[in-house]
Order: sequence, then structure tokens, then C-alpha cells
Amino acid sequence: MTADAADTRKEALDYYRPWPYDQRPKITWPGGAKIALWVAPNIEVYELNPPANAFRTPWPQPFPAVPGYSIRDYGNRVGHMRQMKVLDKYGIRGSISLSSALIDHHPEIIELCKERYWEFFSHGIYNTRYTYGLDETQERALIQDSIDSITAATGRAPVGYLAPALSHSELTVDLWAEAGGTYTCDLFHDDQPTPVKLRSGKPFVSIPYSLELNDTIAYVVNKIEPRRYGQMIKDAFDRLYAEGDESGTVMCIPTHNYQVSTPHRLKALEEALEYITGHSDVWVTTGREIADYYLENHYDTATASIDAVNAGTDGSVA
Amino acid sequence: MAWTTPSASGPLDYPNRHYGNDHDRYEWSMLTDRAPLTWPGGETLALFVVVPLQFFPLNPTGKPVKVAGNMTMPYPDLRHYTLRDYGNRVGIHRVLKALDASNVTPTFAVNTRLFEREPLLRELIAGRGNEVMGHSWSMDTAHAGGLEESEERELVQRSLSRLRELTGQPVRGWLSPGKLNSPNTPDLIAAEGIEYFCDWVNDELPYRWNTASGELWSMPLATEISDTFTLVDNLHSEESWADQVCDAADLLLAESREQGGRILTLTLTPWLVGQPHRIKHVERVLQHVSSLDGVWSASGSEIFDAAKAQIACA
Repeated sequence: MTADAADTRKEALDYYRPWPYDQRPKITWPGGAKIALWVAPNIEVYELNPPANAFRTPWPQPFPAVPGYSIRDYGNRVGHMRQMKVLDKYGIRGSISLSSALIDHHPEIIELCKERYWEFFSHGIYNTRYTYGLDETQERALIQDSIDSITAATGRAPVGYLAPALSHSELTVDLWAEAGGTYTCDLFHDDQPTPVKLRSGKPFVSIPYSLELNDTIAYVVNKIEPRRYGQMIKDAFDRLYAEGDESGTVMCIPTHNYQVSTPHRLKALEEALEYITGHSDVWVTTGREIADYYLENHYDTATASIDAVNAGTDGSVA
Repeated sequence: MAWTTPSASGPLDYPNRHYGNDHDRYEWSMLTDRAPLTWPGGETLALFVVVPLQFFPLNPTGKPVKVAGNMTMPYPDLRHYTLRDYGNRVGIHRVLKALDASNVTPTFAVNTRLFEREPLLRELIAGRGNEVMGHSWSMDTAHAGGLEESEERELVQRSLSRLRELTGQPVRGWLSPGKLNSPNTPDLIAAEGIEYFCDWVNDELPYRWNTASGELWSMPLATEISDTFTLVDNLHSEESWADQVCDAADLLLAESREQGGRILTLTLTPWLVGQPHRIKHVERVLQHVSSLDGVWSASGSEIFDAAKAQIACA
């Protein structure tokens, strides 16, 4: 390896092709619903003493990083039950983005979610173990470990993936599909499900998982106020619901039990969910059910449409 | 005691993947799995208000780490030095007046060096009879990784012994600057007679720690609703901060009626909310909370004792 190793990074992603929002076949949802709503609680475990990673530093302080670790611990000790109660109230089954080590650390939470027939999808092992720096074999092992853990604990293999701490490799989505997955939450390019092009050619779909409405992005990165967060959720719903007259839409509310469930913020989520579930023609569902339904009913039409709208081009970029 | 949280040998090695937390300093426990608490007089929501009284030296070392709020400009940073000092001269009086108007009990977290330097402020606080908690020596003495154990032991001993001399109080509670800890902080403060500390924001009720010596409990003191986090870190408006506190009070009160005693924790920093344009929002918050039916305003030690007596016997 010379000091000036070749830069092998790709210029662009090739998971999907252009597909204008106004040139797509109509999406229908079960029962004639206009919109599919899913809530994705991230139930995570962060390590107090994670290994160093060359690409990303887990904590800003030397051991023990009390502020970051302790508020995330709060999420599991306190926040989870508070959020679960609100989701129960509105008849919403969570689609859990799970750090699979939580199965070992806090099985009580897993049992509560199982009782409610919530969906479990994989969010890696720990949110302090990044994809960065792993080779293909290692990343495949991480993915398989999470699948095996979730399958053993819940009796059902997960089919969705959100890479741990949103850390990715060029192969993350391919590896997930090859391990048996059917959908990804790691692409933020669209408001509708979209077919994903993979090296295996397997039917596979991207399900919208809104980073903009993700509570940690909203509260920690964008530092918005709780009531504004609630209003953003309602505004997003209003628009997607209206657009659902023409073609079915998907709305995801990704949450974290250490953010939305704090006493000064829960009301914002609760009011937004009350508002949304007060509407007719809302399919309150899970990520897996959306993926299953889309793959069964819309995937083939969608891929044909993508081929058709790109037929006049040779796929090359000027 | 040492932390039992061995280091991983590689990216796919998980040596702490087992039941409970990945260390052994406290027991894993969900809030809703605990026996319900009651507060004196049958109230259900305790109100724990911490007023930090802080000294930010003009010549900070920033070691082992720099705590938020310290000097940022080239020496001498008159701007931040005096703005922090403002809280101890002017802001504190507005905050005390607001607290007293709503009959809310404060607990003061005091940098010992401040009480050495400011006898008039010390006498003002002493005259009120409120509880004083340890808050280390100054805002430039971070208890964080990188601080030698022997140095930290001396720092804890000096901070607490001098504060006890200056106040005549036992000083049972502790708040580390910036809520930072070194690996040794809990053991060292417990060894010096601290019974509860407010650095870990992982719970909403007191819970017991495992320490090398002495009995130590964690007391909740939320960061996410504190004035500095909301107004300084998040740049929310004062009105929004007040709304957030009121929403928190309403939620916790409702929950406490169903699930047993809860604690609304509030940090009121005089150099920040003691400003003339902010104090009315503090007044609104305190009026709202104290007007609720079922609220018990008490000191840290009173809340700690009431909780500990019930939890320890459970």
C-alpha cells in the first residue's frame, strides 16, 4: 500500500434509478387506505466501554461518558414503558429497531413487545458498534448474529434493517438481503416504497423511514422544541394523507425511548398520534407489513415502471 | 470499587453482553417494576429544585476537560467571568424572590471556592436555612477521566471539608460540574460522606449504587429540561422552556396518581434565568407547579430520605 492509495469511493449510490414522483403507478393499501402509518421505536443499547473505531468516536468524554450513557440508559429504565403506553392507547404496534444485545441485557422489554405482537427488525448488536471498518465477512457476521439473536428470542427472523448508528458500508444493503432480509430503512431518498437494485437481484424494497421526523434528529441534531416536533408530525401527515388520494403514501415516525418519552416531550407525540389516528383511511401498520404488501402487490409493477421511464435513456450519465 | 466492564478484543467481541447493564455499579430496574412511593402528607409529586451557585475562575486550566460555561475568550475574559458573576450578585436575588413567592424550597449546589470568596452570599444562603449540596471546588475542577485518583481524592476532601466548615451543614448531596464523572468519582464522594449524587440522568427516582465504601444513591436531576440545556444548548425561547416544564409537571403529576410518587426536577441557574428578560418565565413555571394539587416541594435530602426509607425497606 503506497501513501497515495487509490481512492476507490464511488461517485454515487447505485441502489436505485430515477423514478419521478409524478410518473408512478398508483399504490393501493389494504382497505383502501390512503396512507400507511408505522411507528419505529429504536430500542438501543450503548456500551459504557465500547471498542475504539478508527472512523467514529462513540463518546465525547473519556470513560465513563456519563451524560450520553446515562440518558440512553434512562430510555430503557423509564422511557420505554411511557412510550409503550401511548402506542397502546392509539392501537399502534411498534416496529422496533432493535440493538439485538438488548435481548441479553434487558429481556423484560423484549417480552413486553412480544406480548403486543410488535415487529422486531435489526439495528445491529449495539449502537456503539459501527459498520465502519468491518470487512465483508465481519459485516456479514454482525448481521447474522443479530438475525440469530432476534429469531431465537422472538421465534421469527427479522426482515428489516437499519444499520447500527446509521453506519454503513457499500455492501450493507446487499448483505442484509443476502441474509434473508426483504426491506431496508437506510435509504432516505423517497416518500414511497421503492425497489432496490442489489447484486443478488433479489426482490427487495426500501421502506420510507423519515430522518426528518426522527426524534433524535429533531431534538438532538436540530434542537427543535417539543411542540414544534408535534406540529411537524401533524403537518407531514396532512400532506401525505392528501397526496394519498392519488396514490398511497407511507409515513414513518422513528422514535427513541430516551427522547420522546421524557416528561416534557411525550405530550407532543401523544397529541400527534391522537390527531393521526382520528382520521379514517389510515392503515396503522408495521414496516414488515408494508414491505410484505408492497412486494406482493406493487413490486413488479414498480420495477416495470422504473424500466419504462428510464427506457429513453441508456442509463449513462452525461 | 473497579468497574467490571472489560474491553472488547475486537469489533465482534462482546464481553459485556449479559443480563443487566454492561457494568456492575447499579442494578438494572425498570421504573414501573418498583413498589409505588408516597410522599409526606399524601402528596404524589415531589418538586426538587436545584440552584447552582458557581464560580468560574478567570484563569481556568480546562483540565482534565473544560466544563460548559467556562471562559472562551483570550485572557482576561471579562465577558464570561462577569456574566457568570452576575448570577451571584443580581440573578440569585431574583431567583430567590421567585422561589419564595411560590413557597418553593431550593437546594443549593455550591462550588466551595465561591463560598470562600463571597461571605455575603454565604450568609444570605445560611440565613435561609436551605440545604447545601457539594458542587466541587469550582467550575474548573471537572471530575472526569484523566484526573488522577489521588488528585481527585484531595479535591473531593478539600471541597467537602471546607464547605462543611463554611456552612455548618453535613452536606449529604453532590452534583459534579457538568455532571461529569471520572471512574472514581462515586467511590470518592461516598468515602467522604456523600449519601446521594445527581450526576446520572438515567432514572426518575433514587436508586442505590455499589461503591467501595459508604452508601451512595443516585438522585434524579434531569438535564433535558434544565435551563442551561434548553436555553443555552438548544437555543429555545424562554417561553418554550416554561411550556416544557409545565408539560413535564402535568405529565408526572398524572403518572404519579396512577403509579406512585414521582419527582419533578428543575435546575435554575442564577446567571442564566436570573436575567431580567428571563425571570418572569421562572415565575410562571413556579406558580404553575406550586398551584397543582399533590405537589410536595422539598429539599434534596428530604426527598432522598423519604424515598430511601421506602425503597430500602421494600
